[in-house]
Amino acid sequence: MTAPAILPAKGAADRLTGTFWRRPRLLLLLLIAPPLLWLGVVYLGSLAALLLQSFYSIDEFSGVVKQEFTLKTYAELFRAQNLDIILRTVVMATAVTLACAVLAFPIAYYAARYAKGPWKAAFYLGVMLPLWSSYLVKVYAWKLILAKEGILGWAAQGTGTGFVIDGILSIPGLQGSSLSTSPFGTFLVFVYIWLPYMILPMQAALERVPNSMLEASADLGATRSQTFRTVILPLALPGVIAGSIFTFSLTLGDYIIPQIVGNSSRFIGLTVYQLQGTAGNTPLAAAFAVVPIMIMLVYLTLAKRAGAFDAL
Amino acid sequence: MRSEASWGLKLAALGGLLFLHLPILLIFLYAFTTEERSYAFPPPGYTTQWFGVAWNRADIWPPLWLSLRVAAISTLMAMILGTLAAAAMARARFFGRDQISLLILLPIALPGVITGMSLRSAFGIMDIPFSTWTIVLGHATFCIVIVYNNAIARMRRLSGGILEASADLGANAFQTFRYVLLPNLGSALLAGGMLAFALSFDEVIVTTFTAGQQSTLPIWMLNELVRPRQRPVTNVVAIVVFAATFVPILIAYYLTRGGSETAGMGK
Amino acid sequence: MTSAVEFRSVSRHFGPVKAVDGVDLTIAEGSFFAMLGPSGSGKTTCLRLISGFEKPTGGQIRIFGEDVSNTPPHLRNVNTVFQDYALFPHLNVRDNVAYGLTVKGVGRTARHAKAEEMLALVKLEGYGDRKPAQLSGGQRQRVALARALVNEPRVLLLDEPLGALDLKLREAMQDELKALQHKLGLTFVFVTHDQHEALSMADSLAVFNEGKIAQIGSPQEIYDRPATRFVADFVGSSNVLPPDLTRALGGPAQWASLRPEATRLAATGPVSGTVTALRYLGSGTRVVIRAGETEIAALVPAGQPVPEEGATTAIAFEPSALHLMGAS
Repeated sequence: MTAPAILPAKGAADRLTGTFWRRPRLLLLLLIAPPLLWLGVVYLGSLAALLLQSFYSIDEFSGVVKQEFTLKTYAELFRAQNLDIILRTVVMATAVTLACAVLAFPIAYYAARYAKGPWKAAFYLGVMLPLWSSYLVKVYAWKLILAKEGILGWAAQGTGTGFVIDGILSIPGLQGSSLSTSPFGTFLVFVYIWLPYMILPMQAALERVPNSMLEASADLGATRSQTFRTVILPLALPGVIAGSIFTFSLTLGDYIIPQIVGNSSRFIGLTVYQLQGTAGNTPLAAAFAVVPIMIMLVYLTLAKRAGAFDAL
Repeated sequence: MRSEASWGLKLAALGGLLFLHLPILLIFLYAFTTEERSYAFPPPGYTTQWFGVAWNRADIWPPLWLSLRVAAISTLMAMILGTLAAAAMARARFFGRDQISLLILLPIALPGVITGMSLRSAFGIMDIPFSTWTIVLGHATFCIVIVYNNAIARMRRLSGGILEASADLGANAFQTFRYVLLPNLGSALLAGGMLAFALSFDEVIVTTFTAGQQSTLPIWMLNELVRPRQRPVTNVVAIVVFAATFVPILIAYYLTRGGSETAGMGK
Repeated sequence: MTSAVEFRSVSRHFGPVKAVDGVDLTIAEGSFFAMLGPSGSGKTTCLRLISGFEKPTGGQIRIFGEDVSNTPPHLRNVNTVFQDYALFPHLNVRDNVAYGLTVKGVGRTARHAKAEEMLALVKLEGYGDRKPAQLSGGQRQRVALARALVNEPRVLLLDEPLGALDLKLREAMQDELKALQHKLGLTFVFVTHDQHEALSMADSLAVFNEGKIAQIGSPQEIYDRPATRFVADFVGSSNVLPPDLTRALGGPAQWASLRPEATRLAATGPVSGTVTALRYLGSGTRVVIRAGETEIAALVPAGQPVPEEGATTAIAFEPSALHLMGAS
């Protein structure tokens, strides 16, 4: 007795499988609908609410939000003190990004070119763990380090290098009673926190440079530094740009670090936080939150042109 | 290419790694100091009393439970939504695919303050009162991409032929999911869930906008940082938070070794 | 004789690409049927149409007389040996082989016994506990075969199953597959781009070109009487003669094929040329003669005189050996 060539459908599971087979788009739709609804309603909906809120204004006497369309709130962004905040934030983000790129390069380069076997895994884990481990704990650690009586001051005293810290603290714009209340401290913590975000894409980009290409360059008589400048650096650039998207964007929006380390001068993130909280001026907070979106849109457009997305 | 790195490069690479790791060790050290008003180094004396003090502080427990609850619910939702999205996006080509992948990525690509402020605006406009669920709404949104990244990387590595082979041998879609897809995807999903949990448990930037008067453990810590009371107690809590993120990350790493899932570009 | 698989003007178009275009085909039950063609000719798509992983955009497919337009792959009692084997990496060999029984709900003891039986059939006794990653290419191929046979399918589909094996192993497997098919009396549908494999194994074969069947028939027919230039070029080592040359040799102005074994060398004749290459084959010598634009090969049996390279010679043959073809 031979089996039939076509088996009967047994139960709903078989019939449903048949339906999916006849209409593959139906299965696709069923799969994508829940996440799409969530992101569309919760996330895009919220972004729309943010945009809407930023076109409202606040009544200066009663402090109540007036739900009428106005550009008044956006105009407020152009006040000198607010422009100052935006400028300070962009300068900080740029400085942090540059410092991260410089510090990240040797680690990424070593991990990509030289680290082998267990060392490679160790390097990877060594970058991954600080990246993922608690953000707040890391910031707190730096408060301990930078405090006047903390480990850095102790080390400087012990080695007689206290003048270096004093020197930094006397530079105009970086003044403070200790590193933990100086903008330089803020900068240091930013660099520390976002550094892994620069290392990983940079390493990914460098790993794509084939060894043969470096050998070819050496064959053609290039010195080590020529090879570095003309071959390695241009090829690493997409990775640097990809990493900089993270360091730049994250610095633009952060409001915890300047609150804990620094001289409490305001950055965009901190301003948004304070405006919606204590000040109760949600429309202006929303308008401020739109600023990093705009800056990042410009930045992403430029980065896309430089081909950075292939390294993500 | 020279196979040996120069001393300068080795030193710079090692120095960079130490720079990434040493600060965290200090957290542990200061949990044992006898000095509770300043961060004096070296600590004037050592004690283990702060662990007991922390245990008996009534204000720590509610935030801890809230954080655990939020992280558990957000992770669960992110695992379901992220896996569904990955299953849809892994092989199919359809109109709007790139836009959807951008939408999944956006909540972590834009600074947290924007996500937070957006949700805050939406709650304000729609008069939604703050609750555990308003926090979950934010957390699940940015955790989806973590699970999604892990799941889709594994699906791409999986030979598409084995799903066809399963159907060919008589399995219906549900049997294929249970006997073939799930066993091959399981560790990647678990890793994604671990990372999502770590991310949610530790999150503070979005949470401050969506929590209202509620306090999660990171918000409790933030308040202690701004207005310190017993500093070493904060260190004890920091160690707990650190462990609660560190362990899942290590597990996630071991679950996905050899793949490219945990590349970290998620966070 | 019942037809195991029947195609009625079946098409599968991917947008503007006509992967399969109006194919009519009948595969007899119990036969070893080969689908031969270059890559992209539509043969693999035809196989996937039978298993159900592709759906026809036109026409009708019948398996043992039943229209399968609405039958999903898992309800077709047809199993496949995939080109890359597609073994389940998380299951050991025994569970891979038993998979078809697992999803049918067969109990553990029964399905393990059946799996061992299948492993014995493909000479892999004792390999049950290994993971696919621990096997060689040839062993994986056997596991894939055992796994596909465990459900006792009515048709076994093989998608270039020997493509990844080295030559020696491939020849051994060809014999084994043929013997297995004989033993089981199953219908085998075998996709390959290797003409020797197709000719030596198949009872009948279809030659595919650009989504259409160029010729269908027994290996003998296809080798001796290629229907088109394409078939003659692809399948055999036959000489393909353009119309003017055919006419010069006494035929009508049509494309024709002429097998080297049937081609003799002569002192005089209507067509002559220069010897451009000689290849000693043991049983004879292959002599290539250049006549105008066309190269004609002749097989000179051992013991007969062979001209030198550069010499001029004419060709001769029995008129019945000249086979006329269509133009396409």
